Amino acid sequence: MANLLEIKDLEKSYLKVGVNFGGSRVKILNGVNLTIEAGSCVGLIGESGSGKSTLARLIMGLEKPDKGSILFEGIPAKQWIKNNKGKMSVVFQDYTASVNPRYTVVEAIAEPIYASGAVKDLDQRIDRLLVKVGLEHEIKNRYPHELSGGQLQRVCIARAIATNPRFIVLDEAISSLDVSVQSQILKLLHRLRIEMNITYLFVAHDLQAVSHLCDKILFLYQGQIVEELQSGELAMAKNQYARDLLASVIPFEV
Amino acid sequence: MSVLLEVTNLRVTDERDQDEIIHDVSFAVAENSCLGIVGESGSGKSMITRALLGITNPWLKSQGVAVFKSRNSELDLLREDENTMRKIRGKQIAMILQDAMSAFDPIAKIGDQMAETFVENKQLTKKQSLALAKEALGLMNIYDPKQVLKKYPHQLSGGMLQRCMIATALAMEPDLIVADEPTTALDSINQGQVVEEFKMIREKMGTALIFISHDLGVVKHLSDRLLVMKDGAAVEYGDAADIFANPQHAYTKYLIDTRMELTESFRKAMRKGDHNG
Amino acid sequence: MAGFWNRFRKDRLAMGVSFFLLLVIGLAVLAPLVAPYDPTAQNIIDKFQGPSLAHLFGTDQLGRDVYSRILYGGRVTILVSVLTMIVTILIGTVLGVIAGYFRGTVDDVIMRICDIMLSFPSEVLILAIVGILGTGITNIVLATVIAKWAWYVRMIRSIVIAFMDSNYIRFAKVAGCSTWHIVRKHLLVGAIGEIAVLATLDTAAIILNISALSFLGLGVQPPTAEWGMMLNEAKNVMTTNPGQMLAPGMAIFLVVAAFNFLGDSIQEALNPKINKGFKQKRYSLRDSLWGRKKVVTE
Repeated sequence: MANLLEIKDLEKSYLKVGVNFGGSRVKILNGVNLTIEAGSCVGLIGESGSGKSTLARLIMGLEKPDKGSILFEGIPAKQWIKNNKGKMSVVFQDYTASVNPRYTVVEAIAEPIYASGAVKDLDQRIDRLLVKVGLEHEIKNRYPHELSGGQLQRVCIARAIATNPRFIVLDEAISSLDVSVQSQILKLLHRLRIEMNITYLFVAHDLQAVSHLCDKILFLYQGQIVEELQSGELAMAKNQYARDLLASVIPFEV
Repeated sequence: MSVLLEVTNLRVTDERDQDEIIHDVSFAVAENSCLGIVGESGSGKSMITRALLGITNPWLKSQGVAVFKSRNSELDLLREDENTMRKIRGKQIAMILQDAMSAFDPIAKIGDQMAETFVENKQLTKKQSLALAKEALGLMNIYDPKQVLKKYPHQLSGGMLQRCMIATALAMEPDLIVADEPTTALDSINQGQVVEEFKMIREKMGTALIFISHDLGVVKHLSDRLLVMKDGAAVEYGDAADIFANPQHAYTKYLIDTRMELTESFRKAMRKGDHNG
Repeated sequence: MAGFWNRFRKDRLAMGVSFFLLLVIGLAVLAPLVAPYDPTAQNIIDKFQGPSLAHLFGTDQLGRDVYSRILYGGRVTILVSVLTMIVTILIGTVLGVIAGYFRGTVDDVIMRICDIMLSFPSEVLILAIVGILGTGITNIVLATVIAKWAWYVRMIRSIVIAFMDSNYIRFAKVAGCSTWHIVRKHLLVGAIGEIAVLATLDTAAIILNISALSFLGLGVQPPTAEWGMMLNEAKNVMTTNPGQMLAPGMAIFLVVAAFNFLGDSIQEALNPKINKGFKQKRYSLRDSLWGRKKVVTE
């Protein structure tokens, strides 16, 4: 399978906070290399503060890297997004803040469709999307604060798949949900990926959720990818941090 | 082991529309034991402890009896006035909240905030308080506590802030710690560390613990007794090991099943590796 | 938005103040139709008359009807202040949004210019500009705008930057929404409330500014009616007829207070977390003083 995304030697730093006359910087990403094949699901694991969200933002073209390259099918990220409007999408962790509080469900889902220009049969498209993510039609005109966490996240997913994207970044998309709702959403995401042939980058800190969904798992530690494992081979981890992480998972046995 | 906190028929009503949020919940927490409260969002698990500590919104009325026995005194938490409650909170009952980020004042350094708590409640000097804060952070296995104390809340990750909050609560040496979803925002390593910290707290300091979470895995690891909440009512209550082995209520079974699915996938992801050696 | 209006309508002070301001602005606009006398018509014989049916607020040192002068003066004071506020807000919003949205070099350039402007004390700057350009209402409006626009740009830029951090704007960017769409539907709609608060509070300040300048003789010139101007003239006869200060002084005081209350109320109505209808549990003040710490619930 061809590589959809290739990242080489990516570096990103921010100004150190505090009295900073010298402009000293904190390096968040220190030479990240990764590839994602088209149609696969790749998990990116790292602890809070490891730079996963920074990496996600760089991939989405929201920020510029200091060094290194992010290439989608050989084209730089920002360019690719411009050329392929609607082909990249994102689902965030904080669903309460992911939708404009003044938008109804319909308006939120319609927004990316308008942006990519293909507005034919808008209503039917939205209806079909709602069915796809398992939501009832009654919620169409509700506001975000009137929905439960699971429902709102499903709206965000419907919004993300509205333009038939090829690549979706799931930035801790299930971390804020109840555990019982998490497995439902994971099943939904898996089904959508197979049906619509989307490539996922699943950024998370929870190994158990990631292993449910992903083919390949990358471990991000101190600004670098320290381990890359296929799902099913996790026990073969060599890097110490990865091994510690795997060992720290609290299993649930009855 | 004597009973530290005994709650009988706790009922919380919203006075604005007479809606009952918590219906007749009863449970007990023994000294040096851990009670786990599980349920989904909106089940009322956080509301219970907030009602007990008297920190609910002003339009919520709490009824029932909550006997708290500590240091030779017996108090009904729901009847005491604000001043007594204020003395209890933080000293005898410490609360660790869900969203560590918003628990800290965004415009003050972490070290100052932690020290402020100690100066207020333990009558230490600022210098002693900062030393205590550094020690407490060290207990939480935080690398370079001195640097952390100098930072502002927005500069630290959620996991780090959570551990600072736990450290503050620990240093107060309370009789009872109420932890409201303390590990929800943390990654596996931090989560594992925090759970170990709680275990250590219970063993070394004999502190009782009420652990609220929607993650059964973490709760199972720590709890002696279990209270399962759904829509404001107690669905199942009893010995934790018994309930996990033999859940009586359908909802409990549902929670256990969905949690098992996640662990199953993880096992599968690891398992193939075992075969290949 | 509906939530905002609901809360605003329930706030009695807000409704009262809004009604008052609408009345005042209405009278100011309709002054030529409503005023009983020509504000500049002098009648020396009738000077310093007290309030009567013929002259509601009495007459001033030149026998002019004070009530009519207040009405006409309101036109100048209020309408000019509102105009100044609108111009400053427009400049502030445009530059603030550009700086906050695009960041980078554009932001740096705009911010440095603002820094330079803000390093002048605004009152001194206004006086200097009026000194150069001369007196008169147009010039003090110009001077006020020049002195205040930088402050607005800063405030609105901070508001914009805070909004840019939201996930829904990030999503819109990734989805390929145009800059204009994001600015219009997300930024401005979200920020409009906070900008409205800035606007109302600043109108109060501008009214005081313009009145002060006229009081100093730098604004409106006699015989035009303007509240600050009327205070100036009243100051001259302060020892003999102190009552002359009452009408223009009260007018300024009430309108400025009203705008301040309005700004506060808009701010509170924007925040859904404030539940004003429910009285809080609190200590009864009397009991606290006497050392009894019983909780009183109302």
